[in-house]
Amino acid sequence: MDAISNTFERLGGVNLLPILLAAVAFVLIGAPSSWVTLTVAGLAMGMMVFLMASGLSLVFGLMDVLNFGHSAFVSFGAFVAATVLAGLSGWLASDSVALGSLALILAFTAAILFGLVAGWFFETVIIRPVYRDHLRQILITMGAMIVAEQTILAFWGGTPFSVPRPSFLEGAWIIGDVSIEIYRGFAFVLGLIVFVGLYFVLNRTRIGLLVRAGVEDREMVEALGFRIDRLFIGVFMLGSALAALGGAMWAGYETLITPALGAELMIIVFIVVIIGGLGSIEGTLLGALLVGLMSNYLGFLAPKMALASNMILMVAILLWRPNGLRPAVK
Amino acid sequence: MERTTGEIAVKLVVLGIGALLLFAPFLFQDVRSLEVAARICIFVVLVASYDLLIGYTGIVSFAHTMFFGFGAYGAAILLKAMGPGWTPVILGALAGVAVSLVFAVAIGLLSLRVKAIFFAMITLAAASVVLVLVSQLSQLTGGEDGITYRAPDVFKPATKILTDADGKVLRIFDVRINGKLAAYYFVFFTSLIMFLMLLRFVGSPLGTVLKAIRENEGRAEAIGYRVVAYRTFVFCLSAVFASLAGTVYAVWLKYTGPDTALSFAIMIDILLMVVIGGMGTMWGAVIGAVLMIMAQYYLRDLMGAASEALHGLPVLPELLAPDRWLFWLGIIFILLVYFFPKGIAGTAMAAGARR
Amino acid sequence: MSLLSLKSVRTDIGQYAVLHDVSFEVPEGGVFVLLGRNGAGKTTTLRSIMGLWTPSPGSITFRGQDITAMHTADIARLGIAYVPENMGIFGTLTVDENLVLATATGRIDPDRLKWVHGLFPALETFRDKQAWSLSGGQKQMLSVARAIIEPRDLILIDEPTKGLAPSIVDAMAEAFREIAETSTILLVEQNFGFAKKLGRDMAVIDDGRVVHAGSMAEFAADRALQDRLLSLSM
Repeated sequence: MDAISNTFERLGGVNLLPILLAAVAFVLIGAPSSWVTLTVAGLAMGMMVFLMASGLSLVFGLMDVLNFGHSAFVSFGAFVAATVLAGLSGWLASDSVALGSLALILAFTAAILFGLVAGWFFETVIIRPVYRDHLRQILITMGAMIVAEQTILAFWGGTPFSVPRPSFLEGAWIIGDVSIEIYRGFAFVLGLIVFVGLYFVLNRTRIGLLVRAGVEDREMVEALGFRIDRLFIGVFMLGSALAALGGAMWAGYETLITPALGAELMIIVFIVVIIGGLGSIEGTLLGALLVGLMSNYLGFLAPKMALASNMILMVAILLWRPNGLRPAVK
Repeated sequence: MERTTGEIAVKLVVLGIGALLLFAPFLFQDVRSLEVAARICIFVVLVASYDLLIGYTGIVSFAHTMFFGFGAYGAAILLKAMGPGWTPVILGALAGVAVSLVFAVAIGLLSLRVKAIFFAMITLAAASVVLVLVSQLSQLTGGEDGITYRAPDVFKPATKILTDADGKVLRIFDVRINGKLAAYYFVFFTSLIMFLMLLRFVGSPLGTVLKAIRENEGRAEAIGYRVVAYRTFVFCLSAVFASLAGTVYAVWLKYTGPDTALSFAIMIDILLMVVIGGMGTMWGAVIGAVLMIMAQYYLRDLMGAASEALHGLPVLPELLAPDRWLFWLGIIFILLVYFFPKGIAGTAMAAGARR
Repeated sequence: MSLLSLKSVRTDIGQYAVLHDVSFEVPEGGVFVLLGRNGAGKTTTLRSIMGLWTPSPGSITFRGQDITAMHTADIARLGIAYVPENMGIFGTLTVDENLVLATATGRIDPDRLKWVHGLFPALETFRDKQAWSLSGGQKQMLSVARAIIEPRDLILIDEPTKGLAPSIVDAMAEAFREIAETSTILLVEQNFGFAKKLGRDMAVIDDGRVVHAGSMAEFAADRALQDRLLSLSM
């Protein structure tokens, strides 16, 4: 038993889980072409969920703040980006890749800017007065989520909103009998770029080191002469912007969005954050990929199990590792 | 302990509400008012049982409607399958309680292993999974459409509980003493009994322990109370009461569906009621439930009128539309948590104390 | 004028008063030792100085400046370093990263680093290791090194010898002596043998009050006083 667990740790430990999951799914699914399609879909979903979840995880790790309103940034990001895209539908319809890309960049930038501003507002107005009071934090952020959801309903209405996307991201690559939706590939790559950037900032820059140190021991960072609360606003804004970007990408992925989208994704985001381990982006990525793959494989193998599967995954992982797969604090 | 004027005032108000509810069928003789009164009775229990959890232990759970739903669906499924009668009601209640207990214990045990803060997240995840399962298992639950069934015969509007000399249904103060009235009093008295039991519980030594835990977890642990065990126990107890309230509501409505018994909107209602009324007071549950339900039924009409009046202005009519009333409740909720975290009852009781 | 002075400091944690009335003066230079049994309030005193708890009423002044209600980070910037009882090591960061974070600018002065490495050679050997993998003694060295990687006027050190092997305790004493030549150390200690060797001045806290203050030499010579004040802990 020890020998097995030692080998497991040496090969990469918990980082192997997504690969193990993919291998098991390969056997169960049988058809390699379906497996590739599902795996790409799972990875793409995982990357988008990672964007939504990373901010929540860092915010909790750094300041012990649990933001139940985090999903509002996801919803707003989706609707802001969708509105920009709808407004620029002329550019999207043209065959010009440049115009299409520009429209997409504008839409994502709008979502990110909105996330930054909304994050600043949320942190200063809603959360600051209830630092260190979990009960009121949960209640207030929940209230804020209701207000945000209702605001979306008031502005965009309750009917599904159709999201146009650039023509060069429509369709699929066909390689042999394997078809890969282009947008999924795009989402995965973009998510990966953000993760690498985030990883670099957290591991190679002074601000990043401060954030990681703060997640471990907030008081000690202050005793070294740094104002964590000022750092925290920055992290909060960044987390909100990432969530908004995740929502924007999700909007393009789903192509039809409703105001309930944030609340629906929230459950997945929570599960990802819990199984990944609060406060670590590597853990969040791991959790997001597991959940993304699991949802897609099971959506194919046993559709009715899809949502419950995430719950089962969470329970199993918590029983195995109560602090999540890769908690920030050793 | 000295009773404060504020405390006496709160209790008088609650007694007054109780009296109004007791005589509701005679005071307000239309169908809608009776609906409102019955809903208030059930939500008082539901909110009070939630207050037991949030107000007396400080844990936030988002799974309270889930337990409510278990009780409601237990009765609904059996009433549908076995036809009207008391056996399915009782069996349904027991089944609801049993399932609720299993879930509560499972969640409680799981949360033993993880940080307390995960509790809110885990309950939210569990509740949403159950919600999806219920809409998917449509053979059993009726899916999104829910289940319509008949209540025990004694509650049929056509049932004559008391008859006059002619064999017609007896009227007292112009109110027919029929099955509908009997159903209302079934709701009223079961709710009353459950509320009194909850009240008795928080007044017991165990309630005092819970308050100690809420005030200072570390200290309570040091004194030797097994905090987690108490918490899990209270979580189970509140789940049982929520489940029973669900069964009673199912019998009254003769319909059970996701919107009436399980939806997240109900969870938000409960949260709003307990915060508006005042956490950790039990009396606040009554005040919160009454205010919220009155607002639900009557404030929307008012908002509709306001929206009409502002027709033509940008966004404002949209925000004032009756459908947007949650927007305003959300804002009120946030302000309350900031400025009156004790809610109406808590603030009133404290205000009296200062004198 | 003394470097640090506490006047009638009272600190409540939650609803319990931990410090009732703490007053003492730390003169500039050397090692000032704060003695007392477990739970007497020594750690709370250090945390109050550091601004991690806010005393009320009472005042804490550093070089004549009132720091009672200042933010922890600002207190640190005045030149006070803190080595907490749990060492406060950032485990996922490397030894060098831990040291870099303790500088105001993000750059370590090479001469200063050489001096620190001279005091604690292990920190040079394991400079790229993640700090959680260090031994207890090495973590303690890292925690102290972090406090001195830039010149500081006052260093608060909370029970640095707890759980350490005797050889490491000796090395630590040697390092403290050298550090105290340029900075003032306020040392909380249970190990009286260790404290006796280093201390110039001292105070004893009991039940949130200062019950004795004076020079270490006098206190070390007076066995009766030691027995009376420290009997519970030694």
